[in-house]
Amino acid sequence: MDWRQLWDIMSAPDNVPIVGLIPLLGFYIYLAWKQAKANDDLVVELEGDAALAKTHHRKSWPFRPGWAKEVHVWPFLLRIEFLAAIIVTIILMVWSITLNAPLEEPANPNLTMNPAKAPWYFLGLQEMLVYFDPWIAGVVMPTLIIVGLMVIPYVDTNPLGSGYYTWKQRKFAIGTFLFGFIILWVAMIIIGTFIRGPGWQWFWPGQTWDHNRLIYEVNIDLPDIFGITSNLAKAIFGAIVVGGYYLVGGFIVHALFRRYNPKDYQRMSLLQYSIVMVFLLTMVALPAKMMLRLLWHIKYVWITPWFNI
Amino acid sequence: MADENRKNGDEVGVLERVKSGIKDDMQSLKTDLPAKAKEQLDGLKDPTKTQVYTSIFRHKHDDTPRNRALGVLSNVFLHLHPAKINRDSVRYSYTWGMGGITFYLFIVLTFTGVLLMFYYHPSKVQAFRDVLYLEHDVPFGKLLRNMHRWAAHLMVIGVWLHMFRVFLTGSYKKPREFNWNVGVILLVLTLLLSFTGYLLPDDQLGFWAVTVGTNMARATPLLGHEGPLGAQLGMTPYNDVRFGLLGGSIVDANALLRSYIWHCIGIPIVASIFMIVHFWRVRKDGGISGPAPVMLAAEADKPRRGPKAAGE
Repeated sequence: MDWRQLWDIMSAPDNVPIVGLIPLLGFYIYLAWKQAKANDDLVVELEGDAALAKTHHRKSWPFRPGWAKEVHVWPFLLRIEFLAAIIVTIILMVWSITLNAPLEEPANPNLTMNPAKAPWYFLGLQEMLVYFDPWIAGVVMPTLIIVGLMVIPYVDTNPLGSGYYTWKQRKFAIGTFLFGFIILWVAMIIIGTFIRGPGWQWFWPGQTWDHNRLIYEVNIDLPDIFGITSNLAKAIFGAIVVGGYYLVGGFIVHALFRRYNPKDYQRMSLLQYSIVMVFLLTMVALPAKMMLRLLWHIKYVWITPWFNI
Repeated sequence: MADENRKNGDEVGVLERVKSGIKDDMQSLKTDLPAKAKEQLDGLKDPTKTQVYTSIFRHKHDDTPRNRALGVLSNVFLHLHPAKINRDSVRYSYTWGMGGITFYLFIVLTFTGVLLMFYYHPSKVQAFRDVLYLEHDVPFGKLLRNMHRWAAHLMVIGVWLHMFRVFLTGSYKKPREFNWNVGVILLVLTLLLSFTGYLLPDDQLGFWAVTVGTNMARATPLLGHEGPLGAQLGMTPYNDVRFGLLGGSIVDANALLRSYIWHCIGIPIVASIFMIVHFWRVRKDGGISGPAPVMLAAEADKPRRGPKAAGE
């Protein structure tokens, strides 16, 4: 266990935000979960008692008749905003006094940094470069992330859970978002920051970053396993595998979705349903391809003269 | 003689009049000034009555609900807020305050960024030296640069957490779909702002981060020279999308200048415009989304009758 190495990575100034992000995320997930549970309990209670449902104020916070429903922005909101500004300023000041922004040697195109890393918030995308060609990891994926985020309000047809924390009423939506945000985005950033060392090789936390380490690793393409040699056959084979993933995967998701989420299924139009399917399967394809690579050393699934996937 | 007398008499008359006039002036100094001074001092006891004050603050400051509302509504910086909000909307556990904190950090970054611009030349000869100068010679220069750096990172985290909260509370749902989209664009702009700033110190860290980042643009399908079908469309390192981003085929002086202009002028202006729309839409779409009364599954497909139906 190389504690020195661990400390060097954890305390690198530009990595501190990620180290801070982990407990911050933990805290806010706890905060959301606590309120979601209180709301879910309240829903169960109200669904079992129709009379109470008619009179209850329907929040997990107390409310008594006679209490004002609204409060003045001045001072009740503005004091919070003012306080937040002061606290953020203090945090920023203390952070800026105690930790210096990194400054390396002058830019030198002839001396490659090893590892050469993108800013920490893009390290998830850089980690994707291991598993996909740059045009997918660097261009298609970011575009899909942005478009995928933008279609969310138009494909989520569930009217429940608008304006309050809940888990039971939106299991699919929240589960998918947590998978995308925590697993595919934050976890990938953590891998890219703390696990990937010189040569973008995998170093476990505490393992010394050995710049001379060589890994003898032969990556093979999926068609090679099946002994396919001609280019045309490889292209057709890959198209069948990728197409088959979307078809079979789509069928499995369909079978699960209509069983466990019948109301959403009923509400969604064909277009909405198809969009959700495509994005969900593409999201799942990410860890699937990672597994293929990390466990079975498979580089490409689909090989064509123009692009490889 | 007669002429002379008249002349003398006139002179005497003028002298008398001047004398009595001065006497009156002296008298007025003695009586009026203290009176006016007293009036002035009395006026200072209540500055809210002065013309200067009333011209700035257009309403009274008495502790009445009306004045509390006016205090928010008649202030250009505060009037984004409504006068009153739901009692639960101020709960930090619900809002997390991340949208506001992100905006505040944007202001901090603008302020520290403008100060940094005084010491920085976006040229290969000067840029790195300017950062050294800033760190070692400019009073509080190091603190300034640190604050700008860490505020930028905090802003990225703030945007993520804000989006996370908005998702978890289902706040993108009708009628806020469009504002969620504006928010997604602001997320992208925040990341681009941070990324363009990364190159500016012109050190190894920024240089290689931007090299890695923009190398991906080589592989853009159709528009990059290494991307699928790029070569077939006549893309070379000297005319593809990466060339457009860097102003050259390598990260060099033009890339530094382009980063600088996008970072300091281009993206902040675009982001400000989207922020204006974002904040305006928060109000137009009915203020912040909640905390709303919980809805039961049985009511889901019925038109909602509003919180009053729920007995609130």
